[in-house]
Amino acid sequence: MEQGYNFAYLDEATKRMIRRAILKAVAIPGHQIPFGAREMPLPYGWGTGGIQVTASIIGPNDTLKVIDQGADDTTNAISIRRFFARVAGVATTEHTAEASIIQTRHRIPERALREDQILVYQVPMPEPLFRLEPRVAETRRMHALAEYGLMQVRLYEDIARLGRIGTAYNYPVMVNARYLMSPSPIPAFDNPKMDRMPALQLFGAGREKRIYAVPPYTPVKSLDFDDHPFRAIRAPHACTLCGSTSSYLDEVVTDDRGGRVFVCSDTDYCQSRREKAA
Amino acid sequence: MSWALKAEGLAKSFTLHLQNAARIPVLGGVDLAVAPGECVALSGPSGAGKSTLMRCLYGNYGAGAGRILIRHRGEEMDLATAPPRLVIEARRESIGYVSQFLRVIPRVSSLAIVAEPLVARGVARGQAEAHARALLLRLNMPERLHALPPATFSGGEQQRVNLARGFAADYPVLLLDEPTASLDAANRAIVVALIDEAKARGAAIIGIFHDAEVRDRVADRLFTVQPIPDAA
Amino acid sequence: MTPLLEASGLSLRFGAIRALDDVAIDVWPGEVLAIVGESGSGKSTLLRVLSGQQAAEAGTVRYDGADIRSLSEAALRRLSRSDWGFVHQNPRDGLRMAISAGGNIGERLMANGARHYGDIRAEALAWLSRVEIDPARIDALPRTFSGGMQQRLQIARTLVTRPRLVFMDEPTGGLDVSVQAKLLDMLRGLVRDLGLSVVIVTHDIAAARLLAHRIVVMRHGRVVEEGLTDRVLDDPQHPYTQLLVSSVLAA
Repeated sequence: MEQGYNFAYLDEATKRMIRRAILKAVAIPGHQIPFGAREMPLPYGWGTGGIQVTASIIGPNDTLKVIDQGADDTTNAISIRRFFARVAGVATTEHTAEASIIQTRHRIPERALREDQILVYQVPMPEPLFRLEPRVAETRRMHALAEYGLMQVRLYEDIARLGRIGTAYNYPVMVNARYLMSPSPIPAFDNPKMDRMPALQLFGAGREKRIYAVPPYTPVKSLDFDDHPFRAIRAPHACTLCGSTSSYLDEVVTDDRGGRVFVCSDTDYCQSRREKAA
Repeated sequence: MSWALKAEGLAKSFTLHLQNAARIPVLGGVDLAVAPGECVALSGPSGAGKSTLMRCLYGNYGAGAGRILIRHRGEEMDLATAPPRLVIEARRESIGYVSQFLRVIPRVSSLAIVAEPLVARGVARGQAEAHARALLLRLNMPERLHALPPATFSGGEQQRVNLARGFAADYPVLLLDEPTASLDAANRAIVVALIDEAKARGAAIIGIFHDAEVRDRVADRLFTVQPIPDAA
Repeated sequence: MTPLLEASGLSLRFGAIRALDDVAIDVWPGEVLAIVGESGSGKSTLLRVLSGQQAAEAGTVRYDGADIRSLSEAALRRLSRSDWGFVHQNPRDGLRMAISAGGNIGERLMANGARHYGDIRAEALAWLSRVEIDPARIDALPRTFSGGMQQRLQIARTLVTRPRLVFMDEPTGGLDVSVQAKLLDMLRGLVRDLGLSVVIVTHDIAAARLLAHRIVVMRHGRVVEEGLTDRVLDDPQHPYTQLLVSSVLAA
C-alpha cells in the first residue's frame, strides 16, 4: 500500500460524511442525497463519484472489480483498479463471482449478483428530469410530490415520433414505486437486472455531488405504457467469441471494408463461457 | 286576480356620472300585474319609458325601487333583488325577452341561435334544432339561410331569427319589444298567430307594439306608461 | 347549492400600491365570471391569488369549502392539474414548445396517471378536432402553429382533464380581431358543453358580454361594481363602469 495516504485515499471524516449520505440514500431508495464531493486525482466524468463511494465503503478484506462498458481491461477500469490497489492495498479481480465490490460505468454484469456484493455505479447526471425541466428547484418539487407525468410525456414523444420508446440507455425507472431515478447510462437491456437485485446498488455522481441507492430486493420498474410495455433490447446476434445469445453485445468494426462482429460487452462473462466450453 | 308577472312600486332613474352626475328619472311607482294568457300592450308617448320598463322587467336594467315578481320553479321570485345566477336561471326557464335588435354572435348559425334556449334547458340538440327549423320555416326563413350566421341578414330577417328564438322555448312570461317593426304583412300575421298560440297555452305577454293593427289584434288591454315630468 | 370558489377580505399591497383592497368574490358551479378593469386595476393579481399562485396578506379563498391556504402544496398542485385549469394570455406560458401538440394535450392525462398510449393519443386527437386544429398536426411542434392555434391548443391541453374551474388571463389578448371572435365562440361552446366554471380576466368588454354570466369591475384593487353581465354593461351604476362602458365602440 502506498505510504502517505490515508486508507483508500479519502480522510476518515470525509468517508464518514459520505457513509452518512449513503445510509440516508439506502433509507430513501431512489432519492438523491447531496454530499460534499471532494476533488479526486482524476477528471470529472471519469468516475469521481463512484470512486468516492467505493473509497468510503471499502475495507482491507474487500475484493474489488472495476468495469467500464462491461470490460475489465479498458483504461478507466484499469486505472481505478490500480488506484485502489495502491491507496487501499485491497485485492482486485476481474471475476464477477469473486468480487465483493464492483464499481461500474455503463453496465451491470451478466452474472447475477449476490447479497454479499455491492454494485457501485458511476453517474454523470443523477437528475432524470434535467432535460425536461431546466429549473433545479422545480425538479426537486416534482420529486417531492412524485409528479412524474413529464417523464411519461418524453416516452410518449418517443412513440409518437419513432413508433416505439427510443431510449436505449439511461432508461428512467421508478424505485420502490416512489422515486423516479436515473439508472446511469446503462443500456435499457440491464434495467430488469436492477429489479429486486440481492446486491446493494449505490450510485455516485461526483460533479453533481449526489448519492443515491437501491437497497437489496427493492422493486425497480422501467417506465412504460400499458400498450407499449418496456422491452429489454439486445442486438439480434450470437457472440462471435462465446456464442451467447442472451448477453448484451458490442458491435466491433474489424476492418475498413464494413466488416464487423458482435461480442459480449461483459468480458469476464464471455471469457468464463469460453473457458467452460474449452 | 292570479298573476304571472307583477311589478309593484317600480321606479327607475339613471345617474349619468360622466355628465356631472345628472339624474334622469324615467319610471316612478309603476304597478302592473299580468295574468297567465293575457297580453298587455304598453302605451304612452315616445320617450315615456316603455322600453326602459321592459328592460327592468327582464332584469336588464336594475330597478331603483319596487319589486318585479314572477313565478319561477313554483315560487315567487323578485327579479329586482334576485342574485344574478337566479336571474339567469329564471331567464332560462320562466321569462323570455325578444329585443328589438338581434345581438349577433360571430360564426353562430341562425339555427343554433334559435335552438340555444332549448339546448340551455337541456333539450337534446337534434330535437332543439328540429323545433328551431320548424319555427324558422314558419316565419318564412328558407332553409338555406338556417346554417348562416345572421350578421349579413336584412333587418326583417334578423328580426324573424330573433322572434323564432323568443318563441322557441315556451316561456310562461314573454316580453316583446316591437316584434313586428321590420316585418311585412304576411310575417306580421304569423307573429300575431304565434302570440295567440302563446296566450292559449297560458303565457303572459307584455309588448310594445307601434303597429296599431297588431296591437289591437293581440292586446287584451293597454297599460299606459306616464312620462315623469322633468325634475330639472 | 353553494359557491365553488369563495373569496373574502382579500388584501395585498405591493409597496405603496394596493393591488387588492378587501376583495370578496364568489363563483358558482357552471358560472362564468368576468373580471374587467384597466391595466393595474388588480385583476391579474386577483386571478393569481384565487388560483393559489400567490398568497394574499389578508383574507381567505375557499374552493369547494376548503381554505386553499390550508391545503398542502401537493394537494394544491394536484388540484391545479385536475380540478382546475389555467389559460395564459401568452400561449408560450401555457404550452411546452419543444413537445408535440399531442404530448401537450396528453401531459395532464399522464400527470394524472394515464398509462395507455393509444387512449392518450385518441383523446388528444379528439381534442384537436374539438378546438378545430387539423388532427393530422398531432405530432407537430406548437411553434409551427399560428397564434390562434397555439391558444386553442393551450385550451385543449387545459380542458382535457375536464376541470371544474378554469382561470383565464386575457385569453384573447394577443390575437387578431378576426381570430378573437373564433376563439371566443369556441370558448363559449366549450364552457356550456362542459358545464365549466370560469374566472376570466379581460379588458375586452365585448368578450365579457359574450362569455360571462356575471361581471366584476375592478379599479385600484377594489371591486367597484358587480352583477349580471348585461345589467352591469347596459345599466352601469359606478362612474368608473360608466366610463369603461362608454369607451367601448359598440360592445
